[in-house]
Amino acid sequence: MEQDLELYYYLRLVREFEDRVSKLHHQGRIPGGVYSGLGQEAVVVGAVYRLKSDDFIFPLHRDLGAFLVKGVDPNLLMAQIMGKKTGFSGGRDSFLHAGVLDRGVFGSTSMLASSLPVACGAALKFKIKKEPRVAVAFFGEGASSRGDFHEAANFAGIHKLPVIFVCENNFYAFSTPQSMQMAIEDVADRAAGYGFHGHVCSGNDLFAVIRAMEHAINQARRGDGPELIECKTYRYSGHSEHDMASYRTKEELIEWESRDPIQRYEFFLEKKGYDAAKIIAETGEKVKAVVDEAVKFAESSPEPEGPEAMEGLYATPV
Amino acid sequence: MELTYIKAINDALRQAMRLDGDVVLLGEDIAALGGAFLATEGLLEEFGPERVIDTPISESLINGASVGLAVAGMRPVAEMQFADFISCGFDQLVNMASTLRYRHGGNAKCPMVVRCPSGSGVRGGLFHSQNPEAWFARVPGLKVVAPATAFDAKGLLIAAIQDDDPVIYFEHKYLYRRIKENVPEDSYIVPIGKAALRREGGDICFITYGSALYLCLAAAEELEKEGVSSEVLDLRTLLPLDRKAIISCAKKTGKVLIVHEDRVTGGIGGEVSAIIMENAFEYLDAPVMRLGAKDTPNAFAGPMEEYILPNKDKVLQAARKLAGY
Repeated sequence: MEQDLELYYYLRLVREFEDRVSKLHHQGRIPGGVYSGLGQEAVVVGAVYRLKSDDFIFPLHRDLGAFLVKGVDPNLLMAQIMGKKTGFSGGRDSFLHAGVLDRGVFGSTSMLASSLPVACGAALKFKIKKEPRVAVAFFGEGASSRGDFHEAANFAGIHKLPVIFVCENNFYAFSTPQSMQMAIEDVADRAAGYGFHGHVCSGNDLFAVIRAMEHAINQARRGDGPELIECKTYRYSGHSEHDMASYRTKEELIEWESRDPIQRYEFFLEKKGYDAAKIIAETGEKVKAVVDEAVKFAESSPEPEGPEAMEGLYATPV
Repeated sequence: MELTYIKAINDALRQAMRLDGDVVLLGEDIAALGGAFLATEGLLEEFGPERVIDTPISESLINGASVGLAVAGMRPVAEMQFADFISCGFDQLVNMASTLRYRHGGNAKCPMVVRCPSGSGVRGGLFHSQNPEAWFARVPGLKVVAPATAFDAKGLLIAAIQDDDPVIYFEHKYLYRRIKENVPEDSYIVPIGKAALRREGGDICFITYGSALYLCLAAAEELEKEGVSSEVLDLRTLLPLDRKAIISCAKKTGKVLIVHEDRVTGGIGGEVSAIIMENAFEYLDAPVMRLGAKDTPNAFAGPMEEYILPNKDKVLQAARKLAGY
């Protein structure tokens, strides 16, 4: 019971947060690049939910939800996204380019797939030190075209590293459809070439993602090596908020909206005999309050001072 | 015709492709979308998917395949979606493309262009603001250009495409739609390796390139009112540098301020300064000065970005100090 409601809370929290970030960007209240994960909530919730606090995640630019489920303070996350002094990077960069390492959240760069070799390094440490921890690395189907994906997967296979590669396949790399990115249907097929298993699931079905993760996490903790989990999903917005996504058809968007991960979950709650209407309304208010508070915190946070740009480069300033 | 800087790039690509069927474009999202900044807008429609090629997210492939296309007789123009991403395709440029002719005893050619939208001032943060030109300006075998005007954007791109050696072409994002000027309709080239004197003066000289040109020109206007006459030299090409023009400016004014948006340490300014010291030392009335971004990454927050980057006031401050010697 509690878990059913907690999962729903996370789905709604992520959506509310994503939604608000987009709105604030359109209102000019968030500068810089904003990359919406609307529609992909079940992937981040499902991939992170079963992890322990000392497991490591390597989220992408579209995975602010992964931060939230991993226990990152929503106030600080919003401040980070706005580039405020109270954000994780203190304004040095915005959005998801800074992590919260004591929560096991690694901040990425803009160079896609570049976090995958890093995840292997973290996993290698867990293996060397015999720590029962796992590293979960997110990547898009687009990023799988880069050499870093190959190098990471190859190394993870050789050393049976406790790393899980979670592919968020939303079928578009910016404007480029999957058919122009690769000649195969499933990115998961590639895992075989590295000596581990690739699993395909619906990224809009929260339980499918959780089940796949449970299997992979257990396997990794046992020392039986990596897994690639490909979650087929869809982003409702463009690549960034600047992108009108005119390369997609309205029909395709509607088709995916009809598979909405949250509505699907609400259907589950209803079928299970919950008072769904009440839960939907109450959760809605709850997540709205959390995000309202985060926006308030972030907007009232100061901008960093210019000279702070020189700080934080070295352990001892040079 | 009046063209923005980015339309001038688009126009150069179109004309080069019309004139030479061997010119092909490749990059991420350049075909159907027309590029992240629309530099290649309309080219898929005119030239088709065999000449305007959307690639996967694979910078190493884009640069490496460009070498292959070039060796096989084509003239590829690759696009890095952001100059920052060129690091993901570094090896193919600094080892493969740059040494190709040399490895073959001068008997092979590698006519390719890599277009790189670079530069700060657009709230791009750490990975969408970089000016990586200096990484390449020390690689023998490459040529590096950085136009500041729409006229040069077109002429240098056509020159780069016609050149038989690999050219890295840095186009400044901040200038894309802010610069608009009269550009000839016909095809023309701006020769690679030639700087342009943008303003003549006798007291001090600014040596600059890219978006910093406009800071220098604005500062020169102000200084004029203060009775200081400034010369402004726009390098346009960073490899090979126009040593003659640099030395001539230094000898004429005896006071040189080098201004670029890239960081000071390891930037082009150091090289320019050394050329002046080695060739015009006895003409100098003041130490050669440099102004560029502070030596820190391209921070995101407004006050930080402002603190890091050169601006008109910082240029003026430095120029007044220089003039005061």
